[in-house]
Amino acid sequence: MTNVESTKSAAGFKLPFKINVEPRVEDPPRWYSPVLSIVAVIVALLIGALVIRLGGGDPWKAYAHIARYSFGSIGVLSDTLVKAIPLMLVGLACSLAFRMKLWNIGAEGQFFLGAFGASLIVLLPVLPENAPKWLFVIVMALSGMLFGALWGFIPGLLKAKFNVNEIISTLMMNYIAVEWNNYFIYAVWSEGGFQMSRMFQRNAWLPRLSDYAEEFPVLRGLTTHMGLLFAVVAAIILWLILTKSRWGYEIRLIGDNPRAAQYAGISISKNVVFVMLVSGALAGLAGMAEISGVVHRLQGAISPGYGYTGIIIAWLAKLNPLAVVLVSILFGALILAGREVQPTGIPTLIQGVIMVSLIASDYFLRNRITITRRVEA
Amino acid sequence: MDSTNKPNETTNVVQMQGIVKRFPGVLANDRVDFTLRQGEVHALLGENGAGKSTLMNVLAGLYRPDGGGVVVHGKTVNFSSPRDAITAGIGMVHQHFMLVPSQSVTENVLLGLKEPRFRMHLPRYNHKIAEIANQYGLHVDPAAKIWQLTVGEQQRVEILKMLYRGAHVLIMDEPTAVLAPSEIEELFKTLRSMTAQGKSIVFISHKLHEVMDISDRVTVLRKGKVTSAGIHTSDVTRADLARLMVGRDVVFRVEKKVVKPGNVVLSVTDLQAQNDKGLPALRGVDLEVREGEVVGVAGVAGNGQSELAEALVGLRHILGGKVFVNQEDVTNKPVKLGIRHGISLVPADRTLVGSAPNLSVTDNMIMKNYDQSPIGQGWMVNASEAGKYATGLKEAYDIMVPTINTSVRLLSGGNLQKVILAREISSEPKLMIAVQPTRGLDVGAIEGVQHLLLAQRETGAAILLISEELEELLSLSDRIYVIYEGKIMGQVADGNIDKIGQMMTGTRLEQIEKQGES
Repeated sequence: MTNVESTKSAAGFKLPFKINVEPRVEDPPRWYSPVLSIVAVIVALLIGALVIRLGGGDPWKAYAHIARYSFGSIGVLSDTLVKAIPLMLVGLACSLAFRMKLWNIGAEGQFFLGAFGASLIVLLPVLPENAPKWLFVIVMALSGMLFGALWGFIPGLLKAKFNVNEIISTLMMNYIAVEWNNYFIYAVWSEGGFQMSRMFQRNAWLPRLSDYAEEFPVLRGLTTHMGLLFAVVAAIILWLILTKSRWGYEIRLIGDNPRAAQYAGISISKNVVFVMLVSGALAGLAGMAEISGVVHRLQGAISPGYGYTGIIIAWLAKLNPLAVVLVSILFGALILAGREVQPTGIPTLIQGVIMVSLIASDYFLRNRITITRRVEA
Repeated sequence: MDSTNKPNETTNVVQMQGIVKRFPGVLANDRVDFTLRQGEVHALLGENGAGKSTLMNVLAGLYRPDGGGVVVHGKTVNFSSPRDAITAGIGMVHQHFMLVPSQSVTENVLLGLKEPRFRMHLPRYNHKIAEIANQYGLHVDPAAKIWQLTVGEQQRVEILKMLYRGAHVLIMDEPTAVLAPSEIEELFKTLRSMTAQGKSIVFISHKLHEVMDISDRVTVLRKGKVTSAGIHTSDVTRADLARLMVGRDVVFRVEKKVVKPGNVVLSVTDLQAQNDKGLPALRGVDLEVREGEVVGVAGVAGNGQSELAEALVGLRHILGGKVFVNQEDVTNKPVKLGIRHGISLVPADRTLVGSAPNLSVTDNMIMKNYDQSPIGQGWMVNASEAGKYATGLKEAYDIMVPTINTSVRLLSGGNLQKVILAREISSEPKLMIAVQPTRGLDVGAIEGVQHLLLAQRETGAAILLISEELEELLSLSDRIYVIYEGKIMGQVADGNIDKIGQMMTGTRLEQIEKQGES
């Protein structure tokens, strides 16, 4: 009897084992997904190491360098957190929208409008220059959120009313937002011909750790600002909403099967608008925090693409708000310390590879891989 | 393909011996033997989850068996992909078609082949494919685009694909599940014409009457084991097969208690609505359902049944006419209002409409009452109450799931339908609209679903049963309306099949009765 080993025989040789891939027919255990993500990040770092090696560098030195300049001392840790704050907030903004399979690519624009909304309070001015700090913080935060929400509301309404593709509309709104800000920094609030507004007065700055250095000397020079509190509180609230609330249930149901949601009597258009409003408000708050906590003036280069990085962060965190906080810190470190290694190139590459590995790791979440010894038929 | 030249040397085309296939926690095939003879239709019968599809997926190269061997034309084979299987002449037509809607029949048939190489030469291949189609009575225009075809025609394209690739063994996975009665007849003719020309067919099904109709021999599986191997269909009765399949006697006649109909619950007058394409689907429907009544709506698929169900619950905009539930006007009212008024719907499509596949059993069960006390509390969903509720339903309706946190995508059709029914019934509906509630279920599950519906009737609920299964309508309904092209042709209370059949093809009841008199 001949052995019809149809395609394999053409290869000429056989491995002593077979790798079988089958779709999972059971949910994987709870620990599986986070462990898989960690493995994916490690694999990505190994790939990055290989590239550094090929480029003639010493990968372990490079990584040690990155680690030292991002987590090595309380000072750099503080800087890492400052970088992570806008990432956390835009990451949360994207997570919320993506949970409902609403592709808000417009966090960047909502970030710019949030910055604009916050600046308005100081520059218009809405509040008198000598108003108390706490009032500035509250009013600027609310204004930033309001303007960000407005920028999310427009594509949300278009989607709900006319089924306009939100990917295109939010993306285009980003360009409008940047030019909108440019108009004000070039023409209205330009300081002495420079493309930036005047420096905000001190009581419009978000409180920083270093503000308390007199009482606690250990805090001297630490730039971490109150935006961190905003971001962490927002993450916890969003987590509660998504996992515990009726609204979160509606969002999950619409995200998984909009037709089932309709059948359960849930209004999809209403939720599209609400989610875009809240998502925009979160990104707007990121813009406010960056303006009031770090830059202290309205200018053009306030975002190295935070809004887009937020998309990546949301995915890496598997749309879990609490994980967004952790992933943002990792990315903050990469952005900050990466610059120490190389101004551009490798750190961006590592970000990209992490993203690809994490997306690829989903394959192992959906499929079960077994290795069995080859049995001769 | 040398093996196709000498099919007459052996009568056994396929021999599967001691096939074992394990999935985590399940032994899907437990030392299963199966033989297919040349020129026969061999039915593979079993309940959902009995292992029929698993066994055939092994034969079609989709799964690798954990044990046992497959012999095709006297040669041991070891398929590692469906491509290997088709090279050996074994092709499978799946329940869900794999066709490109925007391309023509010919393009779909040629997809993935080495010939033609660069230029398509479509007219030449159109001709070639038309020839094969005619040979087996597979009527379909090779130049037509897939989206223009009916479901039945699309299935023929799938069969053509396999025949063009030289398949002489054809595995049909529940081919009738998606077809209307007339299309089933057509399919059976094709199958007979193929066996007459030497092809061999495996017919996977859990519908007993179809198995009795079409098959020469039948193998019955239960819980992964063979309970009867290759017996001649002519030697057994339907009841025998049912017993082999379920493991106990099945009552075909449904016991129905006498319930006196009460007040009118649903009253529909001159209902008009459009389908998804914007064409009129309902053109003035009038009907009435009373408390304690099961009222059937019979009709060939696509005559406005799904639109009717959707319009009644508020999922489809009503263009004209009125819907009253307990004397309250609910025309074009939000879906949620209907739910609060005790209208429940068991939708025709379990996965597309009735459930959220990646959410848990719990999340799917609370779909209609997540915002009601005690599960909905203020802005919160009380997780422990939801869990209690889901566990309660799981036990009351005997739903087989590992835990209530399992995603429903992993449930079998019968269990998923139970989740949906449990949800819909537990809201104690005043009006229950059930569309094809037993479609795709096995005998045991059908029985369960039918009993649940009748139990609702006994508690005084009004039930509108929309179905394409006449047998089911006849055994469950107190009255039956017949719908044709969006209009009610008439109603029968005595289960007169002749009248129903005539109305289903568009004759009004008055006309039928007039003809009867003259």
